Amino acid sequence: MLTFTIRRLIVAVPTLLFISLVIFLLLELAPGDPMAQVPLTVPPEVKQKMREALGLGEPVPVRFWKWIVQFFWIEPQVLIDHIFGTNLAEGKLRVISWQTRSPVMDIVAQRIPQTLWVVGTAYVVGILIALPIGIYSAYRQYSWFDQAGTFVSMVGFSVPPFFSGVLVIVIFSVNLGWFPSIYDTTLVVNDWASFKQQLMQMIMPVMVLALQITAQISRFMRASMLDNLNQDYVRTARAKGLGERTVVLIHVLRNSMIPVVTVIALGVPAIFGGAIITEQVFKVNGIGQLLITAIQANDLPMVQTLTFIFAVLIVLFNLVADVLYGILDPRIRYD
Amino acid sequence: MTDITAQPMPTKPPRSQWRNVWDQFRHHRGAMIGGITFLLIVAGVVIGPFIYWNDPKFVPTGRDFLTLRDMRPIYVALWDPSAKVDWAYPLGTDNLGRDTLGRLLLGGRVSIAVGLTAMILALFLGTLIGLVAGYFKRLDGPLMRLTDLFLALPILPMILVASVLFREALSAALGPEGGIFVLIVCLIGVTSWMPTARIVRGDVLALKEREFVLAARSLGTRNRKLISRHILPNVLSPIMVSATLGIATAIITESALSFLGFGFPPDFPTWGKLLNDAVDRMVLYPERVVWPGLAISITVLAVNYLGDGLRDALDPRIRGR
Repeated sequence: MLTFTIRRLIVAVPTLLFISLVIFLLLELAPGDPMAQVPLTVPPEVKQKMREALGLGEPVPVRFWKWIVQFFWIEPQVLIDHIFGTNLAEGKLRVISWQTRSPVMDIVAQRIPQTLWVVGTAYVVGILIALPIGIYSAYRQYSWFDQAGTFVSMVGFSVPPFFSGVLVIVIFSVNLGWFPSIYDTTLVVNDWASFKQQLMQMIMPVMVLALQITAQISRFMRASMLDNLNQDYVRTARAKGLGERTVVLIHVLRNSMIPVVTVIALGVPAIFGGAIITEQVFKVNGIGQLLITAIQANDLPMVQTLTFIFAVLIVLFNLVADVLYGILDPRIRYD
Repeated sequence: MTDITAQPMPTKPPRSQWRNVWDQFRHHRGAMIGGITFLLIVAGVVIGPFIYWNDPKFVPTGRDFLTLRDMRPIYVALWDPSAKVDWAYPLGTDNLGRDTLGRLLLGGRVSIAVGLTAMILALFLGTLIGLVAGYFKRLDGPLMRLTDLFLALPILPMILVASVLFREALSAALGPEGGIFVLIVCLIGVTSWMPTARIVRGDVLALKEREFVLAARSLGTRNRKLISRHILPNVLSPIMVSATLGIATAIITESALSFLGFGFPPDFPTWGKLLNDAVDRMVLYPERVVWPGLAISITVLAVNYLGDGLRDALDPRIRGR
């Protein structure tokens, strides 16, 4: 298992390098000029110097190499400095945003907690709702509960977050006035009242994201339970005289969870991607909203770094899913 | 000597495979409703703009502008007698006085056209790569690594970035609307072929070991004929299922792009664009949000149910039960 994990980690490195190259080359084709906002009275030689100061004067491979060094070598050093108080990265050039002229990773670090709060809570809520639904609809296949569950998850698949989000805003914050429609990120939770306020503003984005997660995971849970319920070991367990509860919730459930756990791991990056839209609807200023504003402002270093972070998440969780599968299922041995 | 005349002669011609599939499909209630709904929506957006009396692009000016703008849908009069309604404008007008129903029909045309063309592109790429990877052993490794790499790309951020970067170049070459259409279709198609390729490759690998392929090969069939005559017809069913799912994701992606403001130009309606434009005024005019949103959701729901039924109908293990 360990050798498999190490091998997969080594394979992940060229994958990530290739993806970073693809992203870099894509942005290289950008027709947008970061100097477009500079007044026309600025003489061309000064403009040329400004371009060089932004690191635009050098050929493509040099700039790609510099970005790689900054991202994989200097940024981790900054992180170590931050944690242990050392000064490894003292005076080294970091990835700088063209919008704010401050290091990209600092801004990302400011934005990540909001995204993690909303997306993380939604994921947990979604899974907690999906698992019982999946188990019960498989156990009572073709019952009205199963039919209703199928319909709800079809709706969850089909209603895009930019519609369900707007719909819950119209219903719950415009007509009923229960929840605020805009997520206030400056809110500091320090007492009961502010905690309640935080809870109120989180309910709607979490609900919208959780609907989609529930739709996917409950389908998988149901299919996986159905696969296992007809197996011979279930008949054996019943024949031994075990209670129905023990058979379903211990024997079948534990075996059915194996594929579901990997699906849950694989879904994490997709949720981050889907959160871009939900963040936009509820005005959560997380990393999705940061990406949108960066694209609109033509802030290439920021776009590049954020897109690459999404790619890292995908590769990482693919790895996690593979390793988890090997750990959970003793029938699968990679080596 | 074996006696072959003892076998009874079949009196009826054998039932074709597609006949069986249709029989199974017909009994799947959700799939039938979904299929009919989708056909109705497609027919509506194709024929609708020809028979609908209002021009969706007409912007009234002067005094007309004041009388025609911000009209409410006719059903609002049921609970609000003072609402500004007109039977000539069944779903009201927007803040510029353009007819909402007309724009909804025209927008649906674009959304569904994008969905269908992007799906066809993705299917073509996916089937081609899957067939080649499954059939030619030497290309299997590289092509599947390529598929893995594409699966590891962050799709939505990449589409957003690319739609901004290539917008002007393509608009200049093909005109503002045609350019964006080609751009969005290509972006969605190029980033969604991977699941199809994987499924097709798996099926081709299994089919390649079957006797009929060996028989065809021993008759001297060339690779090209073998693929088009014997392999491709047998992988049609998974391709059809991914086609329906492909339409659904393509429609949703296009609407998401338009919703985020990275889609078609402002005066060009699509369902996502209409939804996005209406969000600012949704407190006063919730219908402008609800109708495009419902249109997207119902279309995608119908297509998903259609795909579900198709998968059941095309799966020979379930069929006939």
